Amino acid sequence: MVPTVLAGPLGQPGPAGAGAAAAGALPPAARSRHLGESRAVRWLLIGVALAFLVLVLFVPLLAVFAKALAPGAAAFAAAVRDPDTLSAIRLTLVTAGIAVPVNVLFGLAAAWAVTHFRFAGKNLLITLIDLPFSVSPVISGVIFVLLCGARGVLGPFLAAHDVKIIFALPGLVLATMFITSPLVARELIPLMQAQGDEEEQAALTLGASGWRTFWHISLPKMRWGLLYGVVLCNARAMGEFGAVSVVSGHIRGVTTTMPLQVEILYNDYQFAAAFAVASLLALLALATLVVKSRIERRTL
Amino acid sequence: MAAGAAAGRPRRGVLPGFGLAMGFTLTYLSVIVLIPISTLVWKSASLTWAQFWSTATGPRELAAYRLSFGAALAAAVVNLLFGLLLAWVLERYAFPGKRLVDVMVDLPFALPTAVAGISLASVYSKDGWLGRWLEPAGIHVAFTPLGVMVALTFVGLPFVVRTVQPVLHDLSPEIEEASATLGAGRGQTFLRVLLPELLPAALTGFVLALARALGEYGSVIFIAGNMPMRSEITPLLIMIKLEEYDYAGATAIALVFLTASFSLLLLINVLSWRRGAAAELPA
Repeated sequence: MVPTVLAGPLGQPGPAGAGAAAAGALPPAARSRHLGESRAVRWLLIGVALAFLVLVLFVPLLAVFAKALAPGAAAFAAAVRDPDTLSAIRLTLVTAGIAVPVNVLFGLAAAWAVTHFRFAGKNLLITLIDLPFSVSPVISGVIFVLLCGARGVLGPFLAAHDVKIIFALPGLVLATMFITSPLVARELIPLMQAQGDEEEQAALTLGASGWRTFWHISLPKMRWGLLYGVVLCNARAMGEFGAVSVVSGHIRGVTTTMPLQVEILYNDYQFAAAFAVASLLALLALATLVVKSRIERRTL
Repeated sequence: MAAGAAAGRPRRGVLPGFGLAMGFTLTYLSVIVLIPISTLVWKSASLTWAQFWSTATGPRELAAYRLSFGAALAAAVVNLLFGLLLAWVLERYAFPGKRLVDVMVDLPFALPTAVAGISLASVYSKDGWLGRWLEPAGIHVAFTPLGVMVALTFVGLPFVVRTVQPVLHDLSPEIEEASATLGAGRGQTFLRVLLPELLPAALTGFVLALARALGEYGSVIFIAGNMPMRSEITPLLIMIKLEEYDYAGATAIALVFLTASFSLLLLINVLSWRRGAAAELPA
């Protein structure tokens, strides 16, 4: 590393130059003055970037809350306590409550298999795990209708046994599980690969069984990544719209989740109620972001 | 290597649990992912090639593809430009509220698409917060392809920013300093020294944003207008076919669309493979 001590145009020393050689990345304030853009350019760029963000991001976000609360707190409470909305909330919680834990188990199993063992076809497995990510949500729903719908592959079989999947809770859960299945696995696999398995091997040499090793060594090691994956998976599971829209049939009070309820209310011109439910989902999103940033700060 | 007799098989690893972990993983994958997806292929096999082609390329379908691909492409380009700008501003400058901005860039990842959809539709409508300024000026956003593009810009926003930020962060100042000592102005340094370093990551983010925008449904259907031949996106068309019990049509269009998305993913992998290969060259 060549230490470069550059003097600024006004004669200030440039100690940042030498320090940067070792660090590789500097906080903005420490960079040599002469190496940066002029103040005018800098503030212009910041201004344009922020203007874009405000227009595209902040205005829509604020609009949700403003329109939800516009008719007053009493109207907001009434909208939330409406029976169809309450059952939508319940359905969302149930769906996420099933999909997220199962996907956590899947993520743990997949990450364990992929990172601790050698076997043929590992890359193929990883690609398959990522597959739902590349499928459009609507198509994800279509797939399940084609499989389990009245005219689907399993349709006659399911009808004969009086099992309802599409237009009922199982369909919602299946579609949500499909959509969110990569989220935990994608989080855990690189994490476990980076962490290595020396501690687990050490535990084995000390006589621990597989389960003990997993429970007392592996799980605590990955707890922040796991929490991160759970939070993302949950946010996605509760907010999923496209896939669930296809398989649900929009039967009010029975198969509408919160996002679907938002759509129904909006299309019925009940804007304030739609935004009331939407604001609950937006609060969930903001909470997700807060948890995400806390975890990131802890692990950096 | 063929799986030979147990005695000659190389050891997979020392830790226990392979059977259980793999077994659960494969079972889950098959039931939840593979079998449903193969249904798509199976169902489309029941169509002849000619039928498939005519169902998938009717005028209404073509209009939907044009809108979906066109709006997604435009939105991804906007996100490429502003994503680069945002990443630069977040990594290089300090300003009040920077941490908040950094966290909020991820909002489109976390916000349910339906919420974004109704919010954008209402903000850009005739009486909306932004619509009331734009409509009199002749810029119609709601119920037009432009509205579709705005919604897709929202959903694709984080991708380029998040792929470029780490690269910018790890860029050592020496190349910029060398450029300065050789007499380059700031703009020249950016265009000819920094941008080539950032471009692979930016392109990866561009393709990710494009892939996401192609499949997007919830954010778009409220602002789009959904008129066939004019403002109807492909996922909506698929849903309509399904509701009409035109399973063959839905399958055909879905397959065409899936192929396009998979090709994009392949492109991402090729791009990042090349970037990885380039990174191994001696600096």
